[in-house]
Amino acid sequence: MNPVLKLLIEGGYLTTAQMAQVAGLPEAEINKHLEQLRSDKVFLGWRPVLDLSRESAAAVRAVIEVKITPERGGGFNRLAQRLSRFDEVESCYLMSGAYDLLIFVNGPSLQRVAAFVSEKLSTLEGVLSTSTHFMLRSYKEGSFLIDAPAGEADRLKVSP
Amino acid sequence: MKRFIARHVSGLPKSGIRDFFEIVSKMKDVISLGIGEPDFDTPWHIREAAIYALEKGKTHYTSNLGLIELRRAIATYVGKHYGLGYRPDDEVIVTVGVSEAIDLALRALLNPGDKVLYHQPCYVSYHPGVALAHGVAVPVPTRADDGFALNAQDIAKAWQPGCKVLMVNLPCNPTGGTCDRARLEKIAQFAVEKDLIVLSDEIYSELLYDGTHTSIAVFPGMRERTIFLHGFSKAFAMTGFRVAYACGPSELIDAMMKIHQYSMLCAPILSQEAAVEALARGGDGVQSMREQYHRRRDLVVGRLNAAGLACHLPRGAFYAFPSVASTGLSDRDFAYGLLNSQSIAVVPGSAFGENGRGFVRASFATGFDQLVEACDRIERFVNTATPCSAPSSS
Repeated sequence: MNPVLKLLIEGGYLTTAQMAQVAGLPEAEINKHLEQLRSDKVFLGWRPVLDLSRESAAAVRAVIEVKITPERGGGFNRLAQRLSRFDEVESCYLMSGAYDLLIFVNGPSLQRVAAFVSEKLSTLEGVLSTSTHFMLRSYKEGSFLIDAPAGEADRLKVSP
Repeated sequence: MKRFIARHVSGLPKSGIRDFFEIVSKMKDVISLGIGEPDFDTPWHIREAAIYALEKGKTHYTSNLGLIELRRAIATYVGKHYGLGYRPDDEVIVTVGVSEAIDLALRALLNPGDKVLYHQPCYVSYHPGVALAHGVAVPVPTRADDGFALNAQDIAKAWQPGCKVLMVNLPCNPTGGTCDRARLEKIAQFAVEKDLIVLSDEIYSELLYDGTHTSIAVFPGMRERTIFLHGFSKAFAMTGFRVAYACGPSELIDAMMKIHQYSMLCAPILSQEAAVEALARGGDGVQSMREQYHRRRDLVVGRLNAAGLACHLPRGAFYAFPSVASTGLSDRDFAYGLLNSQSIAVVPGSAFGENGRGFVRASFATGFDQLVEACDRIERFVNTATPCSAPSSS
């Protein structure tokens, strides 16, 4: 595996200078690897993992199960790609099982998310039905536990 | 009250780590490279197995030897990874950490005055453990220019009449030193020639970064004279569970069991249940932790050498053991100076025996970002170090 990709997966919080030290490579080499991962479309971009429930202006998030009609020649792709282009859509996945697409959306208020579903999403040709679930609370976000007690404090500062 | 304390106990020095711990624990915002345990939390599936066992009401004693399912899993694991065959029924005992297993073995083997060879620098409990079993500890020095590897000539040089036991810890805490197969075979031949029992503490054997691990018990004539000691603390990040094991000939395990049954009785059942889970499904976690330690080792050793502290490349465990000779400071002065001026804790090498003098142990069982920051501060300290005195040792 690309050494930089491994570091991104295990410790994405490292700066490129720190990655260089950890991997024992010059920083220029790290940047080259990052560029390569970008051009291969493996590395798509940086995004912080946030617990927005602590912010007063927290966004409303919902997960929507969508049933759509597949098209001859293109299957689900054309419609899935079209839905993905909406700014409200954070992630969009083709799923096996009782529905076809699973869409994560966010918006500034419950009304705005509801409006997106009723005015944009469900009115598209090919969308058969939607089932919207609003998220109430996060317990884990992007592999980070939320409000879990830290383990590090329990280690003795010096031990044999 | 002192007159009531047994002579062999009052004669024991306090651990060199203990007084250092007292100072560090009172300080705030210290980055500690002085910790001899993994920074990873125990993988969740292992913790969950302990919770499940508790929910199921598994709160009773187990067999003195330990749960039979755990002993079976241990026998399979040791067979697969070390090429050693032990019967779960009478050749495996589950203990409260390798420390208990060592204590049991020494007490089972030693008559007062029997001598025990051990390599030094070494884990802090070896020498006291021998003394508490009324034995006499005979150190075998290992050296930095040899990567702190053990060799048969040095053991032969240290050997004296009355030596009954040889203790080996490879890879070694604090040096990370280990032995290649050819050297180990010579040591095995020496043990056979001198009719020594070998206590082989292989607690760090999964954390080997170069080459493959070989147990001394695999060589001709060794299985019958080796007590293989291993546990879950390091590879599975389970230090607080206190669960380990010893494998060996049934007569030796039986002798150890006698002491265990009258003292500890059995290892905690919840820890044993967690250990079963660790052996069944913990392999991926071990692999992932080893890879991270490996990269941290390369970072820390590279940075220490660049800072002017000569440091061999430890092949295993999670400790760098650099010399501080280039600073003109003693290992204690270096450790106290670094702590006071840069808030970085490392352990003076002399805590691990006379042969550790002039070195410090820096554990890399700490996150990358902290290690990078710690290395920066060590470099700063080395560049400005001037000899000053540490508090006198108690």
